[in-house]
Amino acid sequence: MRHLLSTKDLAREEAIVILDVAEDMAEVAGREVPRLPALRGKTVVNLFYEDSTRTRISFEAAAKRLSADVINFSAKGSSVSKGESLKDTAQTLAAMGADAVVVRHPASGAPDVLARGGWIDAGIVNAGDGTHEHPTQALLDAFTIRRRLHGAAARGHGLDGCRVTIVGDILHSRVARSNVWLLTALGARVSLVAPATLMPVALDRWPVELGYDLDAAIAAGPDVIMMLRIQAERMHDAFFPNAREYSRQWGLDDERMAALPERSMIMHPGPMNRGLEISAGAADSPRSTIREQVANGVSVRMAVLYLLLSGAMEGKA
Amino acid sequence: MPARTVLQPSDITRALTRISHEILESNRGGSDLVILGIPTRGVVLAERVGAILESIEPGSGTVGTLDITMYRDDLGRNLTRTPRPTRIPPGGIDGKTVVLVDDVLFSGRTIRAALDAMVDLGRPRAVRLAVLVDRGHRELPIRADFVGKNLPSSLAERINVRLDEIDGVEEVTIEP
Amino acid sequence: MTKRILIRGAALADGTTTDILVADGLVAELGAGLSDAGASVVDAAGLIALPGLVDLHTHLREPGYEHSETVLTGSRAAAIGGFTAVHAMANTSPVADTAGVVEQVQALGDAAGYVTVRPVGAVTIGLGGTQLAEIGAMAQSRARVRVFSDDGKCVSDALLMRRALEYVKTFDGVVAQHAQEPRLTDGAQMNEGALSSELGLTGWPAVAEEAIIARDVLLAEHVGARLHVCHVSTAGSVDVVRWAKARGIPVTAEVTPHHLLLTEDLALTWDARFKVNPPLRSRDDVDALRAGLADGTIDVIATDHAPHPVEEKESAWSDASFGMVGLESALSVVQASLIDTGVLGWVDIARLLSSAPAAIGRVAGYDRGIAVGAAAEFTLVDPSASREFSTEELRGRSVNSPYLGMTLPGRVMMTVHSGYPTVVDGEVVATEFVAAAAAESRGFTRG
Repeated sequence: MRHLLSTKDLAREEAIVILDVAEDMAEVAGREVPRLPALRGKTVVNLFYEDSTRTRISFEAAAKRLSADVINFSAKGSSVSKGESLKDTAQTLAAMGADAVVVRHPASGAPDVLARGGWIDAGIVNAGDGTHEHPTQALLDAFTIRRRLHGAAARGHGLDGCRVTIVGDILHSRVARSNVWLLTALGARVSLVAPATLMPVALDRWPVELGYDLDAAIAAGPDVIMMLRIQAERMHDAFFPNAREYSRQWGLDDERMAALPERSMIMHPGPMNRGLEISAGAADSPRSTIREQVANGVSVRMAVLYLLLSGAMEGKA
Repeated sequence: MPARTVLQPSDITRALTRISHEILESNRGGSDLVILGIPTRGVVLAERVGAILESIEPGSGTVGTLDITMYRDDLGRNLTRTPRPTRIPPGGIDGKTVVLVDDVLFSGRTIRAALDAMVDLGRPRAVRLAVLVDRGHRELPIRADFVGKNLPSSLAERINVRLDEIDGVEEVTIEP
Repeated sequence: MTKRILIRGAALADGTTTDILVADGLVAELGAGLSDAGASVVDAAGLIALPGLVDLHTHLREPGYEHSETVLTGSRAAAIGGFTAVHAMANTSPVADTAGVVEQVQALGDAAGYVTVRPVGAVTIGLGGTQLAEIGAMAQSRARVRVFSDDGKCVSDALLMRRALEYVKTFDGVVAQHAQEPRLTDGAQMNEGALSSELGLTGWPAVAEEAIIARDVLLAEHVGARLHVCHVSTAGSVDVVRWAKARGIPVTAEVTPHHLLLTEDLALTWDARFKVNPPLRSRDDVDALRAGLADGTIDVIATDHAPHPVEEKESAWSDASFGMVGLESALSVVQASLIDTGVLGWVDIARLLSSAPAAIGRVAGYDRGIAVGAAAEFTLVDPSASREFSTEELRGRSVNSPYLGMTLPGRVMMTVHSGYPTVVDGEVVATEFVAAAAAESRGFTRG
């Protein structure tokens, strides 16, 4: 793997390799010394143009557990965001000897521009770009689902036949996009539920089912229900009237949770708005995978960094 | 020149049986023994040694696997290797006598990586090394405690270990 | 005295072969076997002579953005593209919203001498969209401005647009509207559709363009003023203009070369050279625009040449500037999309790129094409040429061309402006020679 820019171009077999390696990494996490020497001498730069403490520390932990050197480059508010071009920043990082750059950027496609610009040789990992993709989040979601479905025997499995319903602000969600491509590549059946204002246009090419009614989606008995964070500010742009109405129509409250089948997992990429898109009862219930998702994030990111940096470049996007 | 067979199936079985007896002897019995195979073929050999130990002294054949991919010193120089699972028996390795099992002992770098990997998993009382073939050319101060066959070879030669469970044939050959 | 030039054996747009004798800034004679006495002779066998191209939509960036382009560098780019007149858009700094700025731009154009530079005046002060600029002063200045546009921004306020249409009528001018409903395109980055949804780029819906055009044609009808619609980019816009023309509304419309050839799929490269306003659209839109040219719904092809320095394109898509340079490539792209596809012939191209835009912009001397006694404004094109387009082909200051690396047909071999050559043997004539020829020509005209 040369870069990880999106899940759109990740084949099923490649995805399963990443998830299997993540299983090995998860075993390391349970050890007394959760550290491997695999990336000793490699430098991983976390280049964050957006605040995201959760994602950054997850990548940082992953890199450190693989014994890589980590440089955190918070570009937000620095000279970098005030006009220094992506090219200049890339060339600076190249001069510093970065072997991998983990980039979070508010603009869709920024990691692709870094990867294709020819300014830096390092492997690029997309840690969330605008409203485009967030591939490691989708990988950790898939990993979490697969572990719950198959337990210790998860290796080698896809998510065939698993029915996943993603609810909320699909339009602005990079998590939703990455999950649609990855989960369907792994064999899951994905449906999206949102008010029409928060659904992207012209989705006929997407391999998903669309719906507006959360109760109908719950009555269909999904194996996984994934609640997306809703930003209350969206109501100022008339995407929905107010938080109360949104919560009433598309929030996972205790009643709706009770209507879900016993086996249904409740997922959320975080950070949550408790009481808005998800009730405290749902977030804290045993069906919720939210804390597992955080732990699994480190394992999945270890796998991605390992596969990116441990071998010769294979020229695969 | 075609490959020359240096160990037949019966030779391999005999070598593993002898190694198993030597292990029990040097350990003064079968207590607190853990046999760890190094993927890929070391795992098969470890399982066979474990079965022989079990038949000699029931309870002595505790077997696991130790993947060393992440500990190699040549990562980044070769194509990405997908790691294999490491399986440590439920009792762990703390205070145990661990016998590492591999097919061929060559430069010693694999064993160096295995020792590093083991340090991260616990603190054995002692670590021993069993190999089916020792072909020489060590690059590190490492030696085997139990050797199936010493096979002096030139660097240009290739030693192939093929085992029934993986390769469908059972032989050790040397290729010029 | 201006040199005489004899063009030997060129094909006119209608296919007839002729010699062209240029003297004293005019086409002196046409016909076969003209005398070459005292003239420098150009062998034009295999070349097509087109009337000088007139661009109704050029961003020359001066004053204010000279790091992107100047009147001089943009004029050179125009000449190598076969143009002899360009309309310089008003979104400079300061904005061309006073007689002073438009006169300055025109004077810079005259001094450079490669093309006639016709300044476009702003409709509203500072392109602010709230208060009318001094349209009368600009119309009556030495620059004699006839095209008014807030291009880059839409005159979105309906009442202000009505007033502008009415007021400009007073001076025989035309409002060239950049049709983009601002609220519907807040933060928009590319055509809205399946691809924008996949890439997570804010969509630019076709309706944001079509709704403004629909409103404006009805306003133009209501107040009886002419309206020009800049860079039409959607199938729906073509339908609206077609409907308006059928109704007798005095509307004209333009399309850019890039909207005739390129599609939104190029956004998949994330290369901001393909980011433009209005955005590249779908294949269906491209086909509808070509059909709109074929049936006369669209009147003009205009480049929307929009130079930007490299750093404004070497960034993430949504951080990059909108626009692409187009003067140097325009004729080749038109040939690729319209001639080589059999949609139109060279006679149509001469109308779409010369007489029609000149008529809309009230540029004198282009109504008869290449004719005896008409101003010597023409260009010689080798339609059989084929070239891999690279920055080597560019003569402006910026290199943000979407065609770099593409193979394009056709090549401008010579351009003659006001009777003197600005391009010879496929290369622009040196600045000092052109400036001197222009000065001499002005003296001659006055004398």
